[in-house]
Formats: sequence, structure tokens, C-alpha cells
Amino acid sequence: MLSIEARGLTKDFKIVQSREGMKGAFRDLFDRKYRTIRAVDEIDLGIQSGEIVGYIGENGAGKSTTIKMLTGILQPTAGELKVNGFDPHREREQFVRTIGVVFGQRSQLWWDLAVRESFRLLKKLYGIPDEKYHAHLDRLTEVLEMGPLLEQPVRKLSLGQRMRCELAAALLHQPSLLFLDEPTIGLDVLVKENIRRFLKQINQEYGTTILLTTHDLSDIEALCHRVVMLDKGTIIYDGGLTELSRQWGGGPRLYLELEEEWDLTTLQGFTKDITAEWQHVGDRCYRVLLTGDNPSVSEVLSRVVPHASVKEIRIEEATTEDIVRRIYQEGVPNA
Amino acid sequence: MLEKYVELMRLRFLMMLAYRVNYYSGIIIYSLNIGVYYFLWMAIYGDQTSINGTTAVQMATYVAVAWMSRAFYFNNLDREIAQEIRDGTVAVQLIRPYSYLLGKGFQGLGEGIFRLLLFSVPGMIIVSLVFPIHLPSDMSQWGWFAISLFLGFIINTQLNVLTGLMAFFILNNMGMIRAKRVIIDLLSGLVIPITFFPEWAKNILVYLPFQGISYVPSSILAKGISLTEVISFLEVQLIWTVLLWVPIRLLWLSARRRLVVQGG
Repeated sequence: MLSIEARGLTKDFKIVQSREGMKGAFRDLFDRKYRTIRAVDEIDLGIQSGEIVGYIGENGAGKSTTIKMLTGILQPTAGELKVNGFDPHREREQFVRTIGVVFGQRSQLWWDLAVRESFRLLKKLYGIPDEKYHAHLDRLTEVLEMGPLLEQPVRKLSLGQRMRCELAAALLHQPSLLFLDEPTIGLDVLVKENIRRFLKQINQEYGTTILLTTHDLSDIEALCHRVVMLDKGTIIYDGGLTELSRQWGGGPRLYLELEEEWDLTTLQGFTKDITAEWQHVGDRCYRVLLTGDNPSVSEVLSRVVPHASVKEIRIEEATTEDIVRRIYQEGVPNA
Repeated sequence: MLEKYVELMRLRFLMMLAYRVNYYSGIIIYSLNIGVYYFLWMAIYGDQTSINGTTAVQMATYVAVAWMSRAFYFNNLDREIAQEIRDGTVAVQLIRPYSYLLGKGFQGLGEGIFRLLLFSVPGMIIVSLVFPIHLPSDMSQWGWFAISLFLGFIINTQLNVLTGLMAFFILNNMGMIRAKRVIIDLLSGLVIPITFFPEWAKNILVYLPFQGISYVPSSILAKGISLTEVISFLEVQLIWTVLLWVPIRLLWLSARRRLVVQGG
């Protein structure tokens, strides 16, 4: 079953264009100039229920705008959208009962009141029956270690503590679909890990579908099998994480520290029958990029060792972060 | 269905309680206002016992009741809504299953009830000891007053919501909010009872929503107007609460369509 089904989803923003200088400011008073910006451009997206999908893209790529359309906050300019079987914008009040949302940069808890009060409000808002509420809250409290936090006012919580409470607040009504917009922003490694483990757990236990945007690609690596990459409002990659690195990883990189300084052309000469590119990265240190049909590391070594003595070897695989950076810088030739 | 809004009201009440120290300064300001207007009116009355058919005692009572009622109907929803529109929190609220505006209205009510209980009631007792005012002992009059005051609260809250929502269209509407506040204080009869306005102004004000906020409820209690007059006053208030709902609804629908989330 599809949780999210979008076809040709588009969002335009009208932006007031200010003119320059005093004269321009006066002209703006009477005659405003607008410019239309297309934040999301005809996106097709289908997400199966039970999936965890990472939604990534640079700042301004249109991630947040998409999330806001999917959650019913913004009305799409064009396109079809069905989320959990609802039209999110038109049927907002019924629709939002079936989803949970966490905005990493915005709190949904009542700042001045104890966390428990916010939860009580949510219980009333969603009409959760007493028994179910207590059972579920107890469970969340245990897993997210919120016990000592419940009686504290939200403003006194640390970011990590607050984030755990925000997650609980988004899940209290047991939604089948969870949107997370930068859930780990500004958190330390331990809290991040905690939250990831928790998300995995609810995905497995309740089959909760999760759509997650993040700048921290280690979140994606830890959680998602599928990534959707967005650039300038269009989807440039939609598929598995492993395929992504296979396609764009560009093979492993070999770092060599040699006993003595060698000339780059000489080194290149040793490996002229395989596609390896040598780079000088420091005193007697070299990097070998293995491109093309992935020649193996041992092939490179077997050609170098007869000539030069090797002091140290290190092999690096391209990280997701490298891959993503490369895609952004070079663009996708054709995905 | 109403349960969730009552919970919002309760939460606002709790929040006010958490910040009750803020209200000690409010008590002083309201007491000063009552004192200032009391002495001002007494100076105007001088030796006369009655002006425009209003006796000095009725005037003193009017001043006290009007200001204490203000504590109930007054709220900062305009500023709050404008602020939430500007920083984008309004979007976050849309992911919860309740009506944003109705929720705000009930929060305003929570605030009003808080001030009524912790501020107006004790304040009124103190004021009645200090100044020579005369409150009716007839319970039915208090009943009409309560109904009228509640309608006044609704009208004022609707005007606040309307001004607050303007932030969707004019991003910085602080000037408008301030202007609205002065207009309401003046035209609602808080500062000068409507009977003291010139004839032509009175004729206009009868058709405006403002007098329903302060003048109507305060007059019911301070002057003891006849039942037929009370009923016709309440009718006008009721009509306005319905009428004001229309522009709010339109503004909200149009705002939601053109909602731009500030700051991502």
C-alpha cells in the first residue's frame, strides 16, 4: 500500500521584488513587482507504507517545502497528492490525525509548561482513550528515557532532552506515517544514536512509515534503505543507498606513503596499463584514484612494489557525504 | 469535540499562573487608571450631581466596572497571532487536529478567566472600599451583565484576531495593532462613555461593533437600564459577533492559501 503518492507535485512562491534606492522604494508603494519562484517542480514520489526514506538536498532545494505540502501546511500549486488516502490540505483536520511531524528547529511543546501538560493536551486533541494513552506514554517514556523530564518545563530542557520529548509528542497518537524535518540537528553523537535506534524500533514494531530530511548523511546511512535526492526542486536520484554509492562512489582510493620522493609521471608510468590516477598529497605521500572498471588495489601495489618501497598503505572508500557532495558539485549527467 | 478547546483554555490558565508576577504590575496600572479617571470625572462634575442624566456615583461606578471588565475582555491575541505568523509557528500548529483560530479564541478566554478571578474580583472589592461606587444588588442585572460582558469579549477577540491575521498580508502590522488598541479604548466607551459623545458621533457608534465591548456591559451594571433596552443592546452585540465571523473566515482561507512559511 502506498503511504505517499504524489504526481506532478509543484509549488510556486510569489516573491515581492524590491526596487533599489529611495526612488525604487516609493515606486514599490504603488506598483509592486512580483517574481515567481518554483520551489518544487513536478515531483513524482511514491512511498510504500513501512518504508524509511531519506529525503536529502542542499539548502533551498525544496525539501522543507515538499514536507510542508505533504503535511498539509502548504497548498500545492499543481499536481496530485494523496497521503494516507487523504488530500492533506483540503482534509487537514482528519488527515493530521494519521501523521506525526517533528520539526527539528521548531518546538511543538508548550514552552512554559511541564512536558506532561503538553502531552495531556495532545491526548485531548487526538481524543486518545485513557488506557491507551497511559500504556503508550509509559512505553515512550521508557524507551526515550524521559522519566525525569516529564515534570520539567520545556524551556529548562537541553536540546537533546527536548528532542526526545518532541519525538514522543509526535508519536503519542500512534500515527502510521512520521515526518521528520532535521530531527538530529545540533544533537551530540550519543543522543543521535539513541534517536536512530528508537526510530528503527518503531519502524519494525509498528510498521511506521518514516520520511526524514536531514543534512547529516550518517542519519541516512543508519536508517534508510532508500534515498530521494532533490536539487533545484526536482528529484535527481531516487533509489537504494548502496546503488548510489556504487554508481557515484568512483571506486576506492589508495593512500601510499613511500620511502622516498618520486616523480608523478614516473609513478603514473608504473601503472600505465590500468586506469589509476596518481596525485601528490604531501611529503612522499600519494593518492591513487582507481577509476574506470575498478582495478583492484593489489594490482596497483604489484606494479609499484618492484620499484619503490612502500612505508604505509591506507584504503578509503568514498563516504556517502563525498558522493553527495560530488553530485551537487558536478550535477548528475543522467541518473 | 469541545473538550480539546477547553484543554487549551486550561493550559493558558496554567501558563498565566506560571507568570503571575507579571500581573502584579498590571494590578497597579489598572488601579492607577481607575484612580485617574475617577478624579478626572469628579473634577468635571464639580458641584453638579448629574451630567447628561448620569449621576456622579453612576459615573464612578462606570469607571470602575469598565476598567475591571477590560481586564476580562482584553487579550494580546492580535500580537500573538502576528508574531506566530511572522516567525512561522503558525505552520507548526497546523499539523495538529484543531482549528487554529478557535484554539486561539479559547486561549484568550483562559487568559480572561484568569484575570477575572485573580485580578478583577479582588480589585473590585478593593475599589468598592476606596471609592464611593454603587453596585446593584439585583442578581438578574448581574446576569445580563455577564452575558453582555461575554459577548463583548467575543467581539473584542474577533477584532484582535482580525488585526493579527493582517500580518499575513502586511508582514509588520505592529502599527495597526497599536492603532486598533487606541481606537477600541476610545470608541468602546472605556475612556468616555458613549452618552458623552456628540449626537452625530453617537448615531454612528450605534452601528459599530466597538460599543458592544465596553459601553454596553458597563452601562448595564452601572446605570441599571431597562430590560427592553438591555435586550436591544444584546441583539446588536449578537449581530456583530456573527458578522465579524465572516471577514475572519475569508481572511483565514485566503491566508492559508498564500501561506509562506517564514524562515524555512
